[in-house]
Amino acid sequence: MPETSRRGLLFGTAAVSAGAFLTACTSNEPKKTESAANSAPAGDEPGKAVTIGFAGPQADHGWLNAINVNAKSRAETYSDVTLETTEGSNDTAAQIGQVKTLINKKVDVLVVLPADGKALTQVGLEAMKAGIPVVNLDRVFASPQAYRCWVGGDNYGMGLNAGHYIGERLKDKRNAKVVELAGIDNLELTKQRSQGFADALKNYSNIKLVARQAADFTVESGQAKMAQLLQAQKQFDALWNHDDDQGVGALRAIEQAGRDEFIMVGGAGAKSAMDAIKADDSVLKATVLYPPTMAASAIDLARALGQSKGVSGLAEMEIPTSLTLYSAVVTKDNIDQYLPTGFN
Amino acid sequence: MTQPAPSAQHNGSDKGALAAPSDTPPPKTGGRGPALGLRLDVRILSLLGVLAVLILVGGVTEPDAFLDSGNLQLILTQASVIGVVTVGMTFVIISGGIDLSVGAMVALASVWATTVATQEYGFAGIAFTAVIVGLVAGLVNGVLIAYGRLVPFIATLAMLASARGLALQITDGKTQIVTVDSVLDLGLPDSYILGIPPLVIMFAVVTVIGWLVLNRTTFGRRTVAVGGNAEAARLAGIDVRRQRLYLYLLSGLCCGIAAFMLIVLAGSGQNTNGNLYELDAIAAAIIGGTLLSGGRGTIVGSVLGVLIFTTITNIFALNNLQTDVQQIAKGAIIVAAVLVQGRGMRGRET
Repeated sequence: MPETSRRGLLFGTAAVSAGAFLTACTSNEPKKTESAANSAPAGDEPGKAVTIGFAGPQADHGWLNAINVNAKSRAETYSDVTLETTEGSNDTAAQIGQVKTLINKKVDVLVVLPADGKALTQVGLEAMKAGIPVVNLDRVFASPQAYRCWVGGDNYGMGLNAGHYIGERLKDKRNAKVVELAGIDNLELTKQRSQGFADALKNYSNIKLVARQAADFTVESGQAKMAQLLQAQKQFDALWNHDDDQGVGALRAIEQAGRDEFIMVGGAGAKSAMDAIKADDSVLKATVLYPPTMAASAIDLARALGQSKGVSGLAEMEIPTSLTLYSAVVTKDNIDQYLPTGFN
Repeated sequence: MTQPAPSAQHNGSDKGALAAPSDTPPPKTGGRGPALGLRLDVRILSLLGVLAVLILVGGVTEPDAFLDSGNLQLILTQASVIGVVTVGMTFVIISGGIDLSVGAMVALASVWATTVATQEYGFAGIAFTAVIVGLVAGLVNGVLIAYGRLVPFIATLAMLASARGLALQITDGKTQIVTVDSVLDLGLPDSYILGIPPLVIMFAVVTVIGWLVLNRTTFGRRTVAVGGNAEAARLAGIDVRRQRLYLYLLSGLCCGIAAFMLIVLAGSGQNTNGNLYELDAIAAAIIGGTLLSGGRGTIVGSVLGVLIFTTITNIFALNNLQTDVQQIAKGAIIVAAVLVQGRGMRGRET
């Protein structure tokens, strides 16, 4: 008996101290880096008060998290904007419910980044019929009637620009070999990125795409797939990786394989990738943006819609129905300009 | 040709070597030992056959990339993390249970162990946190199942959801990059021992301990007994509840170790880590001959199951097959492997 109780005491103490240690370890003390979107909208006088409803997917990925941050911080810079956000959800039914709630609250303008664009079309139509203009962010609805304005990234353009950058870097090299580490193959955007990349490379007859594998946007899958690609291709000249999050894993695999004979181009524009480009101490030489600042622009557009204004800088009286963002190539030369937009 | 065979044979010969001395005292294990050993050998032989066919396919289609020591290192390294998870899963399935939360536990442990606060405690802090988080999650599973009388499927499904949610809450969807050099270095070639990556050594150690515990301890025998017939085990004086508690604790421990290994491998923690590990681990165990209804299974079989999966993935990638073809072929190979194995068994029994 005394032995068991002593053992119990020992385990008890160990458990309590381990528990205390662990709870102290959940902190991630977010180092407050000001988002680029905060660089205040130039010379814009406060106007009519606008309530904007914002519904996005669950932020389980760095880029989506940046979307939420950009939207919120942009809204805060306007004294005349009130932002009504919903809890992010990847469930179509849940998101439909959330948008309907925003409609019932009679917000002035809606900004919707659907988890699935096609599936949310109906609720977009409903909002438009109720007289609430919808700004459709990135993942497009099935019908143009479901939104007043669409703003989003250019997946095909991402691949195109990555291909052109690599093409220019390798144009004097004979029989150059290029490898592609794609994102989730089930997504249309991955197909578009790969198509753009292939189309750009067609302009360079000396370059051949020798291998392509698809990871799934996670660090773990990036490491695994890149390790296999490196094993399969003993020598190549350039790599395009669709996504900087999986790029963290890809870079790890490259380090583990001790390879450095090629240049690597990333995608999306994560802070870690931009830091690596700036430091210029790895194979990563560039990344092609898929800018999360589009969420800030969506707030701008929603505010302009709410106040019945056009976009300054354009002659138009009304804001455009469609705005496709440019996928800039960020290199060491222009990194300082883009570094503030990098997301964690 | 025989590249991955050393590891496979290693397990086999290990088994032989360890089985021999224990057969000498006949009264204890004599009744059951040989019969069981013979039966399992047929299963394991057919698994080795499948692996040999895969190696042949890999060697023929991509001789340069497949047949070199770097690729052997690669296959074993990629197998190590899921391998450790599968060892724990094998115990749980043998006992007639299931643990659907392994992937989520790996995710939770890996992000908890890579927060800014944890990283301040360096190597020890990261390793300790990963293992303890795995243990605690396993403990919760165990208590719910053993004492809360929840069905394992439901209890671990609930853990899957909660642990993934908690992992998301901790990371806020961000990738937590490890900056502790001692942890990062463990995954780099400089720390390979005689060409063997430390992760592979950890995998081997977990496998050997798992084999010993299952085959050479009371705990192992109780696990099989509980899985075979829980009521009979209870009547025979086994504390079935406590045994179940320990088994889920063991699975959690394996997930904690695997999480640390994944941190070393990927140099980061992310809430998406361990995606679908539950399915991979269950599939590997089943292919390895573990009965889903409990009462039978081997560690060697499960490890071979993991190696078969990893080798398939490796051959696909080296041949530059695309995702669609990979998925179709993988499904077909799983069915083929199980069919081949079933045939071997039936041939033996009739």
